[in-house]
Amino acid sequence: MLGRLAAVDKIIEAHGSDREGLIQILLDIQREFRWLPKEILEHVSKRLDVPINYIYNLTTFYAHFSLVPKGRHSMHVCMGTACHVRGAERLLDRTSQVLGIKPGQTSRDEKFSLDTVNCLGACALGPVMIADDEYLSNPTLEDIRRKADSCE
Amino acid sequence: MSDITLKINGTEVTVEAGTMVLDAARKAGAEIPTLCNLEGLEPFGACRLCVVEIVRGGRSRIVASCLYPVENGIDVLTESEKVVRYRRTILELLKARWPLIDKKLLEKYGVPADRMVPRDNFCIMCGICVRHCSERRKENVLGFVGRGIERQVVSYTVRAKKVCPECFDKELSCLRFCPTGVIVNDCATVCPASRDEEAFAKPVRVRDDDNAAAVKKSLGDA
Amino acid sequence: MSEIIKLSSPSDFESLREKIIKGRDPNRTAVAVCSGPGCLAYASGKVFKRFEEALSAAGLEGEVTLAQTGCHGFCERGPSVVILPDEICYLRVSPEDVNEIVETTLKNGAVVERLLYKGEDGLPIQKESDIPFYKYQQKVVFGDNKRIDPRSIEDYIARGGYTALVKAITTMTPEAVIAEVKDSGLRGRGGGGFPAGAKWEATAKPPADTRYVIVNADEGDPGAYMDRGILEGNPHSVIEGLMIGGYAIGANEGYIYVRQEYPLAIDNVLYALDVLRELGLLGENILGTGFSFDIIVHKGAGAFVSGESSALMSAIEGRVGEPRPKYIRTSISGLRGKPSCLNNVETWANVPLIINKGANWFKSIGTEGSKGTKIFSLVGNVKNTGLVEVPMGMTLRQIIFDIGGGIRDDKEFKAVQTGGPSGGVIPEEMLDLHVDYDELYSAGSMMGSGGMIVMDKDTCMVNVAKYFLEFLSDESCGKCVPCRDGIDQLLEVLRRMTAGTARPDDLDLIEDISVMMKECALCGLGQSAPNPVLSSIKYFKDEYVAHINDKSCPGGVCKALIAYTIDVEKCIGCGKCMKVCPVNAISGDKKKPHKVNNALCVKCDSCYQECPSKVQAVTKIRQADVITAFATSEEAANE
Ligand SMILES: Cc1cc2nc3c(=O)[nH]c(=O)nc-3n(C[C@H](O)[C@H](O)[C@H](O)COP(=O)(O)O)c2cc1C
Ligand code: SF4
Ligand code: SF4
Ligand code: SF4
Ligand code: SF4
Ligand code: SF4
Ligand code: FES
Ligand code: FES
Ligand code: FES
Repeated sequence: MLGRLAAVDKIIEAHGSDREGLIQILLDIQREFRWLPKEILEHVSKRLDVPINYIYNLTTFYAHFSLVPKGRHSMHVCMGTACHVRGAERLLDRTSQVLGIKPGQTSRDEKFSLDTVNCLGACALGPVMIADDEYLSNPTLEDIRRKADSCE
Repeated sequence: MSDITLKINGTEVTVEAGTMVLDAARKAGAEIPTLCNLEGLEPFGACRLCVVEIVRGGRSRIVASCLYPVENGIDVLTESEKVVRYRRTILELLKARWPLIDKKLLEKYGVPADRMVPRDNFCIMCGICVRHCSERRKENVLGFVGRGIERQVVSYTVRAKKVCPECFDKELSCLRFCPTGVIVNDCATVCPASRDEEAFAKPVRVRDDDNAAAVKKSLGDA
Repeated sequence: MSEIIKLSSPSDFESLREKIIKGRDPNRTAVAVCSGPGCLAYASGKVFKRFEEALSAAGLEGEVTLAQTGCHGFCERGPSVVILPDEICYLRVSPEDVNEIVETTLKNGAVVERLLYKGEDGLPIQKESDIPFYKYQQKVVFGDNKRIDPRSIEDYIARGGYTALVKAITTMTPEAVIAEVKDSGLRGRGGGGFPAGAKWEATAKPPADTRYVIVNADEGDPGAYMDRGILEGNPHSVIEGLMIGGYAIGANEGYIYVRQEYPLAIDNVLYALDVLRELGLLGENILGTGFSFDIIVHKGAGAFVSGESSALMSAIEGRVGEPRPKYIRTSISGLRGKPSCLNNVETWANVPLIINKGANWFKSIGTEGSKGTKIFSLVGNVKNTGLVEVPMGMTLRQIIFDIGGGIRDDKEFKAVQTGGPSGGVIPEEMLDLHVDYDELYSAGSMMGSGGMIVMDKDTCMVNVAKYFLEFLSDESCGKCVPCRDGIDQLLEVLRRMTAGTARPDDLDLIEDISVMMKECALCGLGQSAPNPVLSSIKYFKDEYVAHINDKSCPGGVCKALIAYTIDVEKCIGCGKCMKVCPVNAISGDKKKPHKVNNALCVKCDSCYQECPSKVQAVTKIRQADVITAFATSEEAANE
């Protein structure tokens, strides 16, 4: 825990310990830990002198923040308009079926998280999903299964 | 401060610059319903019940009177056809959340029955409790979480246990100002807004039980 | 940059520019490998690596410039590789093709025909600008992507970069710059189309010690990536525009608000800013002119509503990105209560061009009320998807059919959606509409930031409207009643329609909620949220009526109202449908007609799509009571 807080302090200082930097600080923390643990939020609250109710307001407002641990592997299915008209919902169904979790969830073993996003900028490939760093263009059930199996 | 002259429903009035149209109109005797406005708190502009029509140079515009500062030469119509029509729909939406909403108001604006799907969560998100507790009491016990239709008011129980009892019996408790009474309805022991624990997890975008429990923990004990 | 010499006067800049240009051979061969998001998804990263290896193996590193560039536009056929100066355009390049390209084209000056675009006559087209997709475009803002390595300021300067800034700060007064932008008729590219010059003027006017200029790169429209294309591919063009704006408005600080989902855009911008600071083109007393300016990058944490101007400014202040309830313009009281001017990425990127080429040049492009070009993200059910830049005034038909090549799989066109979640749909009858702020607005849609989503006949308009409302219900900040609860109840109505349980007066309810939202919601999100619904009712009322009265979905999309069957007359028994069915609902012997078990079918549509297009034996029943009748007859037959 101490090590974690030291890392957080570093992030806070990199942003000049400035209250205005709150969102940028939380983004960096989210990137470092893949989620925002409560202890860390409380620490940030003290360091920046921002009340905790405000920190929760902010972290539940922006989609990128997570208050729960995220899986080691992330699957993002694009729900943008271009993908929608090309069958994104069906792709989401398939992915959900393979991983056994619903969008927004993390599997119990913390291996996978399934999330939806709006436009990955790869509309030409739609419907598209991104598995860790790999883009998959309209993958079949089999393709997704293969990808999931290849994850550690 | 200079004075501003405007018309309220045809009658000319003069008020101090910086006055909100709502106050000017009320001073002139117009009745405008409000829900999220409370003297002493920054205007919030959330309920939109206070909308009025403003006419200037033949062009009309609908604004929230609680935060629209008066301007020279405007005509304020507090019960124009448009205003009545819009207020009716806003009330209809509010009623879906808060079935106990003032019947007289519903009747006055002819709100139709049963068109909306009930969303009985009572709280109409006027934010009065949150703003009262942070702006006036400076206690920060209450807060919003989530956004969109999932937005909720939650209380931070650890803080609540510490400070609410102090505040509770006095004139200063948030529950005195909640327009819907939802705060009193649900819990009157520790913190007024600490309702159903489950509510904490709801606003967050997770539907899985495990995750919801974790989020609830994160929020609830803070 | 190899060696950095701090530039301290305009003539320093001029000599640097001359040096760069002199050092360049316009006939030098350059390979531009697209690394835009679409091409990256098609493994263009590997293609680039292969080029590095192959060039060094062939000993060509010294003779050929190799660059990873931003999006070229034709993402559908990515990875795209363009060889300059001849503009030979290779599409769908795989890593395995690289050696051949190096050998054939770079060494021997011939083309690899199989990687070229094939025209309608089947003949290959060599030059990029001759390909129909590019031929009808007018690339003013977006054209330099393939000629610029986003990490090379030299590339940008060689193309005339920063001369507009130098011109503005050394030869023009701030008022003259504003006048030029006003005169050009440039309107905001981020949504509303507000005249940029007027906004600049309004921000420059109120007395204040500090002012801010801000780039809106939040790009929240789901299905649009123009701003990303510019920022990733040509970050300096936006930065230069912002600096000119800062000078004109009297701001010394600029912000670029980019969504964190665009890491490459953020990296490229940060890199560019570092180089500029080292060069002395950013910071105190730029080129000794007395103009000081710096830029800060702010990452957005994911909220569509944060793209709204007052919400964006709250976010920069580290606060919840909720729109401000006050009736005060941000040009008077914006970021930190100071006069602030917010413009979209593309708006800023147009500014250097206007300063360099003049307002008259800019005005010569476009229509009466809409000047210049506009970049669209042409996506959905269209053959050639990608980013296209066209002069204002082009018709939708030209964009979709001439540039876009028409509808995928040669299906029928149904509608095109512009303006994203705040815009609307435009039907076939109106395809000759010109892209112009006012024409689109009067058609019930809007220009928006440039998303153009094409839909074919297998699209359900009620479902599309529901899609947008679902998006908005999630993305609304949830503060005001008209928007939060209005969207919620509208969505309930559309859910009823798509489930076949709509009430006869549901269209009236939509009308009541919508007109109220348009005038009473607190910010632009709520005010425009009913647009997708209203516009589709306007043009596709039949479809709504079908859902309400007949419980039928003509588009064949709404799961509750459709069922799948196989036409025994047509089925050739190839078994393809059976293979893709996720729930084994299809049975049948090889070469014999197959059959759908509707008790098992989850309506995933896979069989419908998989059945060979020549056969089309899988059919959808699109009406609830017909389905019931059908199911009963099936049961009877099975007994
Ligand atoms: C809900 C909402 C979201 C918006 N999102 C964006 C966006 O992502 N990008 C953008 O440039 N403008 C967006 N806008 C428009 C901005 O408020 C603002 O008008 C624009 O950035 C001004 O720049 P322009 O005049 O150059 O277009 C949005 C507006 C609203 C109401
Ligand atoms: S009772 Fe508690 S929550 Fe309410 S105002 Fe007082 S301290 Fe705040
Ligand atoms: S609990 Fe009461 S005061 Fe607080 S937001 Fe809800 S309705 Fe308003
Ligand atoms: S209109 Fe919607 S997004 Fe805008 S303030 Fe109201 S609830 Fe928030
Ligand atoms: S629609 Fe999907 S589930 Fe139904 S039969 Fe076809 S493939 Fe199977
Ligand atoms: S794919 Fe079409 S033709 Fe082939 S078995 Fe299925 S229904 Fe018959
Ligand atoms: S809409 Fe899915 S990548 Fe753009
Ligand atoms: S009282 Fe004005 S918006 Fe609620
Ligand atoms: S991403 Fe390569 S052409 Fe668009």
